[in-house]
Amino acid sequence: MVTLNVTRKNQEGEVKIEVSELDTISPWSATESFAVVGKSVPRLEGNEKVTGRARYTYDVRLPGQLYARVLRSPHPHARILAIDTSRAEQLNGVRAVLSIANAPAIPWYEKSFIFDRTLRFIGDEVAAVAAETEEIADDAIRLIDVSYEVIPHITDLEEALGTNAPRIWPEGNVAGDPKVYARGDPEAGFRQAEVTIEGIYHTNVALHNSLEPHGCTASWEGDRLTLWSSTQSVFTVRQEIAKALELSENRLRVIKEHMGGGFGAKQISWKQDVIASLLSRESGRPVQLMLDRRAENLAAGNRNGTIQRVRLGALRNGTLTAIAADILQGRGAYATGGEASDVSGMYKTLYRCPNVSTHATNVYINTGPAVAFRAPGHVEAAFALEQAMDELATALDLDPVELRRRNYSEIEQIEGKPYTLPEGLRLCYDRVTEAVDWSTNQKWAPDGSKRRGVGFAAHDWVAGSGHPPGYAWIELLSDGTANVVTGTQDIGTGTRTGLAQVAAEELGLPLDSITLHLGDTGVGPYAPVSSGSATQATMGPAIRSAGRDVRQQLLQVAAVALDIPVERLHVRNGSVWNDQDAQPVATVAEIMQKISPHTLQAKGARSPNPPEQAIRTFGAQFADIEVDIETGEITVLRIVTAHDVGRIINPHIIDSQVVGGVIQGIGFGLTEERILDHRLGRVMNPNLEEYNVPTVADIPRIEHLHVDVADTLANSTGAKGVGEPPLIPTAPAIANAFFNATGVRLRSNPLNRARVLDELAGMKSGSLT
Amino acid sequence: MTVTTTKEEQMTATVTEPTTVLLTINGINRLVLVEPRRTLLDLLRHDLALTGTKKVCDMGNCGACTVIVDGLAKYSCLLLAIDCDGSHITTIEGLAKGNNLDPIQQAFIDHDAFQCGFCTSGQIMSLRALLDAQPDPTDEEIELAVTGNLCRCGAYPNIVAAGRRAVDIESNRASVDRDRQGGD
Repeated sequence: MVTLNVTRKNQEGEVKIEVSELDTISPWSATESFAVVGKSVPRLEGNEKVTGRARYTYDVRLPGQLYARVLRSPHPHARILAIDTSRAEQLNGVRAVLSIANAPAIPWYEKSFIFDRTLRFIGDEVAAVAAETEEIADDAIRLIDVSYEVIPHITDLEEALGTNAPRIWPEGNVAGDPKVYARGDPEAGFRQAEVTIEGIYHTNVALHNSLEPHGCTASWEGDRLTLWSSTQSVFTVRQEIAKALELSENRLRVIKEHMGGGFGAKQISWKQDVIASLLSRESGRPVQLMLDRRAENLAAGNRNGTIQRVRLGALRNGTLTAIAADILQGRGAYATGGEASDVSGMYKTLYRCPNVSTHATNVYINTGPAVAFRAPGHVEAAFALEQAMDELATALDLDPVELRRRNYSEIEQIEGKPYTLPEGLRLCYDRVTEAVDWSTNQKWAPDGSKRRGVGFAAHDWVAGSGHPPGYAWIELLSDGTANVVTGTQDIGTGTRTGLAQVAAEELGLPLDSITLHLGDTGVGPYAPVSSGSATQATMGPAIRSAGRDVRQQLLQVAAVALDIPVERLHVRNGSVWNDQDAQPVATVAEIMQKISPHTLQAKGARSPNPPEQAIRTFGAQFADIEVDIETGEITVLRIVTAHDVGRIINPHIIDSQVVGGVIQGIGFGLTEERILDHRLGRVMNPNLEEYNVPTVADIPRIEHLHVDVADTLANSTGAKGVGEPPLIPTAPAIANAFFNATGVRLRSNPLNRARVLDELAGMKSGSLT
Repeated sequence: MTVTTTKEEQMTATVTEPTTVLLTINGINRLVLVEPRRTLLDLLRHDLALTGTKKVCDMGNCGACTVIVDGLAKYSCLLLAIDCDGSHITTIEGLAKGNNLDPIQQAFIDHDAFQCGFCTSGQIMSLRALLDAQPDPTDEEIELAVTGNLCRCGAYPNIVAAGRRAVDIESNRASVDRDRQGGD
């Protein structure tokens, strides 16, 4: 049962109302035995997905549906002097045209508008058309005449901070206040250090490239709007679009059943949600607006590039005395909402160190806006910090894993709270080093032009803890089956299956008696955005909470119906059992039939996280690579990875997600890079031809070692998030292996042939052998 | 500096006359009136509402739109519908017989060979074309068959495993069929 607590707090003169919903349900114990949880059941939506019947946003087809296209800025920085859409409007089949000339001035991106007179990157929205077919919409876009005043642009992070740099915003190109953090006395720490290392690392912009692009279908019925949107957060879209359109939230229904990937870029609403809604209102017809691949890669988010200057100081025995990181990160032309890219985070927490300073500056440049991309900030930080740790180990002549062990922290050092599972990271170190026989497995003789090396990297991740609020409703029906309803979404991660397993376990029903409804604001209660690897840890406990309530109601009914004291009854696998009897006394369906048409219902809510502890997920990863020093090619031979993500709900699905994350990490490390022509301000590869995501041919042997220790203090299911962690350490593990193989450090990703050959050419050839 | 976009003004948006094409899609004859510029992919998705075939890159890079045209796996985004007149086309919707899944489809479920599922139709169609042409492929041939199919979730190892499993299922069936025929 959920208890609502409301408190009034005075914080710095401001009154805050804090709400918590507490369910005192006891957590599943570390050794709990389960019927459904922990089993590798196949994904529940498997049949729809393999038969092509799963309906994605892109597949929505409504009677009379129109198709929309967007005219995008051809200039990185320009002002619209004049726009004439008359030729487009006159084209046969065109039903609505929107631009700054006729669209309402709806604010967007902090200080801009849906259609703005100033354009700040190549791809910025200029106008939009809805037509009977996609082809006619394309034609119409070409018939829009625009006069632009071209303004000087800037796309380089460091140059954007120069005093004479073109200003993207009147206040300058620094986005918000720099994020500054310090603890202890970093300068004293560096004075105390016996060894200091320093390096400058660049991480390049990566593009999400979800296979299903961003987009939506909008359909008005009177004053009610239904929006099918390819989103990680139906409720965020509802809130933001209702505000933009001045519509009450209960008149806007946002639906997302299946989604072809998001990876962070779909955790906020985007302009096309508004544009399609306006075009639909204008035309009186449903309008679908899906981005094409170019637009997807220009205007729908990217992983921020960074420049990180890192200093580490340590005593001879490896004890860290100081960590300092100076960080520039690219914002693109606009600040977006959603999960922040906290590049500073890992510097503060991954290793025990009393003296830490970080300084992070976000910089506006004339490119599309950055947005969270799977483990935002941590992927970038790990590339620098984990190489710096390796470099420090070399300087100290210490084993790199041993160096990490000597700087182990069992507490979260920002707030000084102990971790809920303090041994989590150590377990990852142990699993990986044992599996690869780390201590002896390190040197190979050169084989022609081939060199081999191994590398190691670790990570933490802040958000996999889950968090309130999040709600679930359960209704147990007359035939003993249950509807589980939540407003969360399955973005391809297996949420539908993992949550149904929790529901089945708590209700004592077989999995096929559960139908999980999600991704629809018109059906389910509020659930947060599917981001931060939080969904299972947020929603699992909410579902347990509702399930426990319904189960108790069921036993109450069964006790009367069977005339057996309630304390002797329990429910398991769809039946009601009397204590230790070998046979069940009744099925759940038989009990429910006796009270039909009554049903049993409950609401569950996510309880607060423990106030006195910090929840983190951890991991460690090993890379074994081969480098051809003549061609510059890196071949990854093997990745071994372990992650403390609490209890494993579905081993097969978690393996898939971890392997998939590592593969994205290999892409970030070796091939993926948005290439900018700074002179033109133009992205040269906004497509899947020249932006190289890994293919089946690029995949090494990847082994996921299960840690699988329930984090019983974290939440009532003991599970934490796994979506983001696996790719955080991949690129630095590969870069460390490259150093092990060649003695050369690569401080920029991706480690493609051009970079490798450039760096190797800087070395005397003799030193490589 | 002032620039006026006039370079496309010459490209008048003349709609060329629609043309009728006859296609056999998943065993059913379909007569469709299409604009000459419509791709096979758009014909499937728009004219026939066969949305199981996905549009991702629309330029032949990703393989999400793969269908089987006259026995060969093809990127349907690179084919004009009018050029397919008279062709036999199989899409993902044509594989299962009622509720009986194709062995590749079942193997994809069993091996968890997808996460978001957006590349899945294309992966399955590439493998179907392989197994139709070569019932006993090597592991390398299986991998080669899906090298043109990108999966952003990184389900590749499971996709290859599912391909192998499908080969096993089908070769068992084939040998059972042979035994039956031998016994008759």
